[in-house]
Amino acid sequence: MSLELKHVTYTYSAGSAFQATALDDISLTIEDGEFVALVGHTGCGKSTLVQHLNGLLKPTSGQVLLDGQDINGEGINRRELRQKVGLVFQYPEYQLFEETVAKDIAFGPKNQGLSADEVDRRVRRAMEHVHLNYDKLVERSPFELSGGQMRRVAIAGVLAMEPKVLVLDEPTAGLDPRGRDRILGMVRELHREGTTVVMVSHSMEDVASLATRMVVLSHGRLATQGAPREVFKQRELMAEAGLDIPEAAKLCQALIARGVPLPEDLYLQDELREHLAQLWKEARA
Amino acid sequence: MASSELLSVEQVSYAYEDNPSPALKHIDMKVKPGEFVAVLGHNGSGKSTLAKLLNALYLPTEGRVFVCGMDTADEDRLWDIRSRAGMIFQNPDNQIVATIVREDVAFGLENLGVPHDEMVRRVDQALETVNMTKHAESAPHMLSGGQKQRVAIAGILAMEPSCIIADEATAMLDPKGRRQVLTTVQRLNRESGITVVWITHYMEEAVQADRVIVVSDGEIVLQGKPREIFSQVERMRELHLDVPRMTSLAHELRGDGMPLSEGILTVDEMAEEVSRLLCPSN
Amino acid sequence: MMTNITLGQYYPVDSPVHRLDPRVKIVLTLALIVCVFLAHSLIGYALIFAFIFFTARLAKIPFKTVLKGIKPLRFILILTFVLNLFFSTAGNDLIRIGSVRITDQGLRQSVHYSLRLLFLVMGTSLMTLTTSPIMLSDGMELLLSPLKKLHFPAHELAMMMSIALRFIPTLMEEADKIMKAQMARGADFETGNLLARAKAMVPLLVPLFVSAFRRAGDLAMAMESRCYHGGEGRTRLRTLKLTKQDTVACLLVAGLLLLIILEGMLLPKGWLL
Repeated sequence: MSLELKHVTYTYSAGSAFQATALDDISLTIEDGEFVALVGHTGCGKSTLVQHLNGLLKPTSGQVLLDGQDINGEGINRRELRQKVGLVFQYPEYQLFEETVAKDIAFGPKNQGLSADEVDRRVRRAMEHVHLNYDKLVERSPFELSGGQMRRVAIAGVLAMEPKVLVLDEPTAGLDPRGRDRILGMVRELHREGTTVVMVSHSMEDVASLATRMVVLSHGRLATQGAPREVFKQRELMAEAGLDIPEAAKLCQALIARGVPLPEDLYLQDELREHLAQLWKEARA
Repeated sequence: MASSELLSVEQVSYAYEDNPSPALKHIDMKVKPGEFVAVLGHNGSGKSTLAKLLNALYLPTEGRVFVCGMDTADEDRLWDIRSRAGMIFQNPDNQIVATIVREDVAFGLENLGVPHDEMVRRVDQALETVNMTKHAESAPHMLSGGQKQRVAIAGILAMEPSCIIADEATAMLDPKGRRQVLTTVQRLNRESGITVVWITHYMEEAVQADRVIVVSDGEIVLQGKPREIFSQVERMRELHLDVPRMTSLAHELRGDGMPLSEGILTVDEMAEEVSRLLCPSN
Repeated sequence: MMTNITLGQYYPVDSPVHRLDPRVKIVLTLALIVCVFLAHSLIGYALIFAFIFFTARLAKIPFKTVLKGIKPLRFILILTFVLNLFFSTAGNDLIRIGSVRITDQGLRQSVHYSLRLLFLVMGTSLMTLTTSPIMLSDGMELLLSPLKKLHFPAHELAMMMSIALRFIPTLMEEADKIMKAQMARGADFETGNLLARAKAMVPLLVPLFVSAFRRAGDLAMAMESRCYHGGEGRTRLRTLKLTKQDTVACLLVAGLLLLIILEGMLLPKGWLL
């Protein structure tokens, strides 16, 4: 399943005094099985872009294609579309509303019109995916849980629709390191199992270790895209887009400047460690 | 208590009414005037409870808390205590009361009954200090998260506090807002000598403090200079807390036999040491 | 993104009318209402209309905008007119078709009542168009503050009003977000009968209430930490001071009132209706 944006432009409050272009001629393709990280400073249009992926917002001009079909065209079933492209908003725990965890997670699958057995199976699977204990938590009120648990329930609510493409808007915002690692671990697993993932993130460190491709937005325009290794090399462009680069990449560049013979495109802590350990071995020998 | 301490927490325990197990257990903590102390801990560690005890929002179940020598249990000094130890909260939206920035900054002064002309002077000065003068007449909902937090800081500054207690004030902000807020508070600490208690779960922020206090399960488990704390990589991982990337890389490389010193925190320090080891000629 | 919502009807321009003290505007609006009820003839109504028209001019508000305030009330206006016209039986017949009669007094009454209602709405919208909600609540607080002695919670009401105004945009943005999030889970807010639609609101309303309560708790704590303890001993940054313009406005309205009273005394009843 591939998602394609063709020359998508989106203007808020078109025609009024408050008119503002949030997206400006964005074209990009998200292929099956990719892990795409969508990065950019606040107000660059990331959140607007993700809402185009499941038809919550319609482009002012341009098209969004799912497997070649215009998602805003005639005869498209919106519910089916939103089930295929699951969108997890920022702070999703603020959308919980049901009396029990089970009922809340079941909301999506029920809207799909699935049988009670199937809904139950999906609730179980989704809870497994987000590492929540079914027997212990399923009848609890979601409002009694901890912040991190609530977020996982909310994500399970989207996973239960078994989307082909999972879009997450800053899923770790506001979480402590433990909560963050849990969510990221879970997203990594889902990607490994074959789900296509699009993740909006502010943390270049998280992006570095997860994404297969990065899409960089700046002021509503596509600044660059490519594998993290390629993107993190473009330091100036990243700085212009108001973005940091991983510390490992910074160290690599600082060391090269001091005459340490390293490849210039290292950005992962582990690979940098390997290179440095190797150099140390050679230096001692 | 010794008068040299600005904040003094003495054998404090605190239990919430609906929860039998205490959120804080026998905490002892002292903060000197002008110090920048970071309190680090994961969610549910009790660090927010600690913050609220320092502003007399909560009163200890056991033990005593002193702010500038005043016992927080002393009701007659309540307004004095709260204006000396100002507090910034996590959610930028939920602490702005007024419909216009300028009036929100004045809120504390209005409550304290400060005369009008004095109020105007202090409000304008506080807005200037946090660089928000040009937004003085804006509606709060038009501001970014970082700007809202700076308005909250101005609201406290106007009360001319001795101490700012920030309870995860950056947790809901983007990197830019986070930097803005932290640098504003750091500047106040350096230039005006305002004492800061910075409660956070971001290690990057704790690294910049004079002293770090690590809280876990309602107890202080580590305490010391950032370098001493973060070099305990294994211990910090056990506590589910991050250590700076460079510290953990140095730790791993030490395991690979590279004689790097403990307590490396930044890219510059790391680059310095590594290049010295690998290119001794330079 | 709904960051640019204007609240209520406030028409944000700078004009002498906008700059008037809200207390004065509230009192003068009341005086205008008294005028409306004292007016006896079309001349009186013409005076009131002229007053409203020129005030709107002075306030730089297009008259169309003032008339917009009437729109929601148009059915009531028509109803008032029609009911009075056909169902008052006193007076002499003007038209009689079968059992349907229209009397001179009936016509008089229906014109009077509809005009009163019309001017009432126009007068008050003129006030809300030229006074921001927060100024209005300030004015109310100060006007009602003498009642504090009788334990009337004037400060508390004004504070509640102010907080409500502060949080309406925040909550609207939040509602928009929650709605989209539930739509992403297949919720349908647009189709179905009334009952189905009401039920569909649950996933929107529950999180919105939960969030409003959470915000209220947070805000209460933030207010306390900034030494809030009710209205006692409080000073204000925004103070209201009466200016010359306020005096002029008072004189103008007093003049109008006088004219209306004179009109009632001097003109014979029923003259020009």
